[in-house]
Amino acid sequence: MKRRTFTALATLALMAGLTTPAFAQDTLKVGAVAPKTGPLAGGAAVSYWPNVKLWVEDVNARGGLKVDGKQMKLEVVEYDDQTNPGETIKAVQRLVDQDQAQIVLPPYSTGLNLAAAPIYARYGIPMITSTATTDKAADLSKQFPNVFISLGGAQPIALGAVEALTKLKAKGDIGNKIAMVNVADAFGIELAGVAKKAFEAAGFQIVYETSYPLGTQDLSPVMKAAKAAAPDAFVAFSYPPDTFALTEQAIVEDLQVGAFYTAVATAFPGYVKRFGPAIDGVLGIGGVNTESPAFKEYAARHMAVTGAAPDFWASAVVYSTFQVLEQSIEAVGLDNAKIIAHIKGNAFDTVIGTLDFDDNNNNPSFWTVGQWQGGVFKGVASTGREGAVEPIKKAGWK
Amino acid sequence: MRLSPKDWQGLTLAAIALIVVACLPLVASGYQLSLGVTVAMYTVLATSWAIFSGPTHYISLATAAFFGVGAYVTGIGITYLPYWALPLIAGVIAAVMAALVGLATLRLSGVYFVIFTLGLAEFLRQVITWGQNISGTKGIYVLTSITEAHIFWQLLGLAALVWLAGWAIGRSRLGFALRIIGDDEVVAKHAGIDTARAKILLFMLPGGVAAMTGAILAPRYVYIEPLIAFTPMLSFQVVIMALLGGTGRLWGPIVGVIPFTFLWEAISRSFPNQTTLLLGIAFLAIVYLLPKGFVGLIESARRRTEGWS
Repeated sequence: MKRRTFTALATLALMAGLTTPAFAQDTLKVGAVAPKTGPLAGGAAVSYWPNVKLWVEDVNARGGLKVDGKQMKLEVVEYDDQTNPGETIKAVQRLVDQDQAQIVLPPYSTGLNLAAAPIYARYGIPMITSTATTDKAADLSKQFPNVFISLGGAQPIALGAVEALTKLKAKGDIGNKIAMVNVADAFGIELAGVAKKAFEAAGFQIVYETSYPLGTQDLSPVMKAAKAAAPDAFVAFSYPPDTFALTEQAIVEDLQVGAFYTAVATAFPGYVKRFGPAIDGVLGIGGVNTESPAFKEYAARHMAVTGAAPDFWASAVVYSTFQVLEQSIEAVGLDNAKIIAHIKGNAFDTVIGTLDFDDNNNNPSFWTVGQWQGGVFKGVASTGREGAVEPIKKAGWK
Repeated sequence: MRLSPKDWQGLTLAAIALIVVACLPLVASGYQLSLGVTVAMYTVLATSWAIFSGPTHYISLATAAFFGVGAYVTGIGITYLPYWALPLIAGVIAAVMAALVGLATLRLSGVYFVIFTLGLAEFLRQVITWGQNISGTKGIYVLTSITEAHIFWQLLGLAALVWLAGWAIGRSRLGFALRIIGDDEVVAKHAGIDTARAKILLFMLPGGVAAMTGAILAPRYVYIEPLIAFTPMLSFQVVIMALLGGTGRLWGPIVGVIPFTFLWEAISRSFPNQTTLLLGIAFLAIVYLLPKGFVGLIESARRRTEGWS
């Protein structure tokens, strides 16, 4: 009996899963696939999913997307890829083949975007990535002409950190001794490699250097050793959990440095919520022009619609790429090849300012470093964005 | 080895079924084919897993470790070697690794083995990360023109080889020795069976096969990094699928893989926000309601009908 009930339930679940819902003509189906579970779910919940919601609300609030003279409302189909590239690929195929989604948004993170690039290319879907950092834009656009890169590459991001510290050194805020640590994963390794050479070329001396495995729980030995080396500046190419842990340890150990840099998640609203005014002057990866009216308005809408503030790095970029897609569809309709040509050939007005892709489908101007100043994470270094502020010296933690 | 007419009949039927399945890429849509690739992948992994773990009752969680090794062999080797050689090299490397792991752990009793195999994937992930740290390279790009259909056919061929191997082992002295080990290891030892040797030899099969699967699937992932290649989730999914099907028969795992893949698909389709929760409930349901897997269910049903007739 129990078994029969189970079989019946399983059959029901299968049927529910495999029937395609009815499809109305005056709505456009928008597919989105990104992690809701797995290691990257936390980041996606801050930078990706709220923007999907916000964009669809924004477009529908003004009557929908104008396609060939007809106003069409957007309807989202969301899938969780469990931070697993095999699932991302399958979900994209499900969106196109089964759900008949007319618009498919790019996935989340460097790895998942790259894993899904061939499948987007096979369907010819314009893929304006917003959370992938790669220095291989030229190779990628050759292989997959439908892929666009907007968040920038690792090289300029590391160089941005060097630039910000060089400025502080020139002002006399810090000396030339640096403690540099990195998470021993692809991202941290690459950035540390680039930064090390650039720091030395800029006249800095690296007095302490180490890496720690991804997922390390206890970073107090790292911070203790860094402090013992008596550096003038502390730089960490870190991931979200270690960004929080290193900051926490710096406060515990009362690390006295004139510049403190942590990488991913420094720009998250949760960072200032956790540490309060102590983190004023902390430098981190990302940044935005917080003074631009477009960003201010976007941040306010983000707060109103999703109940959370956007982060000060990828959030606005994610929304901007949706705007690029939106403007292109309104200009040329739903023909993917025409949309791609339109994106290549035009510049777009978005919440991060003008977004204009180069010949390699790469956005050449992006924020690389920001700094917490008075409760706001302001951009201090970029590759050609307007509105950068001067970096300031980090005061004590207390 | 002499084959009875019944064996020939079984082999012929299996060959026909394989040929029919091989036509899938010709008629299926992209989505259906990607489901096909998933089914083929887990069929290979779960069947080879069950060939070792079924008779010996040693639960191996090393699938992800060997799979990752295979993916990295393709990732690194694709620039230097022809593609067809890579799955073979991956298989050989992983089989040697499995032999070493077996030498170290299979002399111990069950639970040490489980823990060691779980740790193996994590260990390899850290080794590769360390290697990246030394060399300063990031994830590896595998840009090829290999399509899903090619991958599907390769996996199907590998599945056929696994079935043949499993069938041959089942009829051999080695297979007999393993069944005795599974029933009572002490008895097996006293009967003169070199238990450690038998277990190590057989453990090389799932190891090598998992690496070949990883090598075949690497072009589908395009971008390989340690976190993606060595995901522990893979090991657990293989175990649960094999258990759902039942490990007592060679065809058992596939009876588990097919419904599980569709169930998983239905869950991620209809409840994208609760996949993990529902997956957990599905695990519980399988363990409580189908302790012997579908094989047990089918065989007891068969026995009942035979009793009636």
